[in-house]
Amino acid sequence: MNTITVSRRGFLASGAAAAAGLTLGFHVPFAGDASAQSVTPEVNAWVVIKPDDTVVVRVARVEMGQGTLTGLAQLVAEELECDWDKVTWEYPTPGENVRRGRVWQNFGTAGSQGIRQSNEYVRKGGAAARMMLIKAAANEWKVPVGECTVAKGVITHAGTGRSTSYGKVAAAASSLTPPAADSITLKDPKTWTIAGRPLKRLDTAEKLNGRQVYSIDMKLPGMLNAALKVCPVFGGKIKSFDVTQIERMPGFKKAVRLGDTGVAVIADTWWRAKTALDALPIEWDEGPNANVQQADILAAQQEGLTAREAILGSKNGDVPAALGSARRTVEAVYAVPHQHHVTMEPMNATALWTAEKCEVWTATQNAEAALATAAEVSGLPIDKNEVYRLHLGGGFGRRSSSHDFVRYAVLIAKEMPGTPIKTIWSREEDMTHGWYHPATQCRLVAGFDDQDNLSALHMRISGQSILATLNPDRLQNGRDAATFQGLNPQGPESQLGYTVPNLLIEHAMRNPHVPAGFWRGVNNNQNAIYLECFLDELAHSSKQDPLEFRRKLMANHPKHRAVLDAVAEKVGWGTPAPAGVYRGIAQQMGFGSYVAACAEVSVSDAGILKIHRIVAATDCGHAVNPQQIAAQVEGSFVYGLTAALYGEITVANGRVEQENFDTYQMLRMDEMFDVETIIMPSGGFWGGVGEPTIFVAAPAVLNAIFAATGIRVRQVPLSKTSLKKA
Amino acid sequence: MARLSINDIIRDVDVEPDTPLLWVIREQVGLTGTKYGCGIAQCGACTVHIDGVATRSCAIPVSSVTEQQKIVTIEGLSPDLTHPVQKAWLELDVPQCGYCQSGQIMAATALLSANPRPTEQQIRDEMTNICRCGTYNRIKAAIELASNTMAG
Repeated sequence: MNTITVSRRGFLASGAAAAAGLTLGFHVPFAGDASAQSVTPEVNAWVVIKPDDTVVVRVARVEMGQGTLTGLAQLVAEELECDWDKVTWEYPTPGENVRRGRVWQNFGTAGSQGIRQSNEYVRKGGAAARMMLIKAAANEWKVPVGECTVAKGVITHAGTGRSTSYGKVAAAASSLTPPAADSITLKDPKTWTIAGRPLKRLDTAEKLNGRQVYSIDMKLPGMLNAALKVCPVFGGKIKSFDVTQIERMPGFKKAVRLGDTGVAVIADTWWRAKTALDALPIEWDEGPNANVQQADILAAQQEGLTAREAILGSKNGDVPAALGSARRTVEAVYAVPHQHHVTMEPMNATALWTAEKCEVWTATQNAEAALATAAEVSGLPIDKNEVYRLHLGGGFGRRSSSHDFVRYAVLIAKEMPGTPIKTIWSREEDMTHGWYHPATQCRLVAGFDDQDNLSALHMRISGQSILATLNPDRLQNGRDAATFQGLNPQGPESQLGYTVPNLLIEHAMRNPHVPAGFWRGVNNNQNAIYLECFLDELAHSSKQDPLEFRRKLMANHPKHRAVLDAVAEKVGWGTPAPAGVYRGIAQQMGFGSYVAACAEVSVSDAGILKIHRIVAATDCGHAVNPQQIAAQVEGSFVYGLTAALYGEITVANGRVEQENFDTYQMLRMDEMFDVETIIMPSGGFWGGVGEPTIFVAAPAVLNAIFAATGIRVRQVPLSKTSLKKA
Repeated sequence: MARLSINDIIRDVDVEPDTPLLWVIREQVGLTGTKYGCGIAQCGACTVHIDGVATRSCAIPVSSVTEQQKIVTIEGLSPDLTHPVQKAWLELDVPQCGYCQSGQIMAATALLSANPRPTEQQIRDEMTNICRCGTYNRIKAAIELASNTMAG
């Protein structure tokens, strides 16, 4: 068994030193904590070096499978010039971040930002620590700093032949004044020796023997467990429940109201809590949404496709005029439904509340937001709350969209002061109370001029806004910028890769009662399906090759075009595919990276789709760990194609119909395809890799299906369309 | 009460007979490497061996398992990562979030025990556990690597 030791003053969690076959405890020191004095002092906020030369890198962003932890450690180690074999890691807590004036800055790990938005300051943290360690050695030897060199954590003074190690001078270094910010020079990535290499992850070993402690595995002395039910209709309330029916059941401790929305049962074990909860008679007030049906949601979207009023995304030229004078026009409507994150580890959190302090142990993509939620619910000042991060069994945006799992855990813990309580959501509760990939539709109209050039494009997106659910304050004049991801006329984040003389992109916001959230890839996913499939339609309508049709529109977008060209070349676009196999292509830019994919598929006469091979290219500016980028790219196609093939959450009588994997299907190994990854970092910028290739997964496959069958799939999921030969 | 043999240790557990084996392993016995993912034998995160056969422990009541049946969990496979399947997983850096990997490894080891030299198609057909991170290709490669290693 893994050892997790918890005290009221600190938290010991086993770290990745186990990768070296060790089991070490790492103590996160707390300000004003007497026990911290016995702990190795930090060189700076990012680096702790132990007397045995072990290098502990502090990681503010969170690991949920995407490899950020290892990548960030590589960046710090690169500038630190330490021995990579001695590197391990630890998470600081958000409470400590508050106490230290946000010395670790942002903990948020979403939007593929973990590395791209923190690389500069974590590298500077590593460089500053290196400078302080060398200075400490130089001071000890009374020689000029400039005469000392360092390699793999060993500092040498050539003139006197002396050398020492980081571990020996770390204590002295920790008391030095940090170097001025403008004196820190970062390495040219061309000279990297630790970053940029396909190193193994730091967090693998414990995932192979059951020792990795995920949030759901948390144990504390005297801990109880809770199961919960929230009103199955969004917006509904709990009316009453009859505890007398369950209070004699085994292990039962207490049934508690969750504000006005639900009820939880606390028992000695979770299974007993769940069993008692399932037997609990509950009366719901299902509220105003009890009669909402799927058809109502779709009808609102359809009305928005042609409604007079819409929010402007971007425009150039005069689309109505250009369409009016077009020699011919093409029109299509596409639709993508609600989809669920389905992290393998269902939502959960452990909380311990007293009148003096509230502590939470959980899996979160944003520990600072988790802390804020804990403070809001606990009723205690922010400095009387703390959140300890445990490993995530998947995030995908669910664990950043909302911290409802923290809210409920603290509400429950408040009912039994002094007793730690772990609250686990059943899979059914998790799936029916999500923050769903927003459902939208899109009507596209294109006009061609007398030379059959694309002269006008109108995209009208209709449907849900994520921010309208999660954070209406961040809407700008009612506009949700995320809705237009991948379609922006300029900017380094999610720029459209085509130039069309007359372009109009709009959003008719139609928000159903189903809550929306950030779902891996976010609105790039829907928008890439709309635009990249429609461009394919336009190419075929003008009897042009889909690649060449796109390339003509991409003269002003060389980076977009470069990734597209790279996949075309590798897949052999323009040369015959194997017999019965057909190709589809797509590109998009988002989260700072340029991506493209080509899919090779076949479809049997009976309509059975087989995806044979995906070739995918990514230009993420700088590639910190190529083998982890390849892993992300492979996984992103599984995620994106699971959604494209099967992903659909529907509503009946105001509630979600799908509850578990039997009705919400996943792509499994029997359908898995080859993925060939091209990593082509062009330098000069930092792009994300956790999400971008998801965008092109569905459109590449849907375009290949058209090539194979002549059937244009405009509705996700694909399972709703028969591909059977007529 | 139930008496179980888990990782070669006899355990007496005080539990209702209809409790799923998964929750007995996690809560009464305290071995949390075996995961809860669905509760309906769909995802495979809860896979353990019962007499060498990969079994989804979330959907079988503890009362259906006898003391004579040998239950092996991920913790009992090899705590020091010396099993060829674990070594192959380490070599190929298979896990991403890792939550499903206990179940994947238990399914893979059972597959290789029954069929030491599986074809690619057999691996595809037998490995039905869900991985949301999408590590299927590395899992398949690791099973092939382990198969080659074990064949020596």
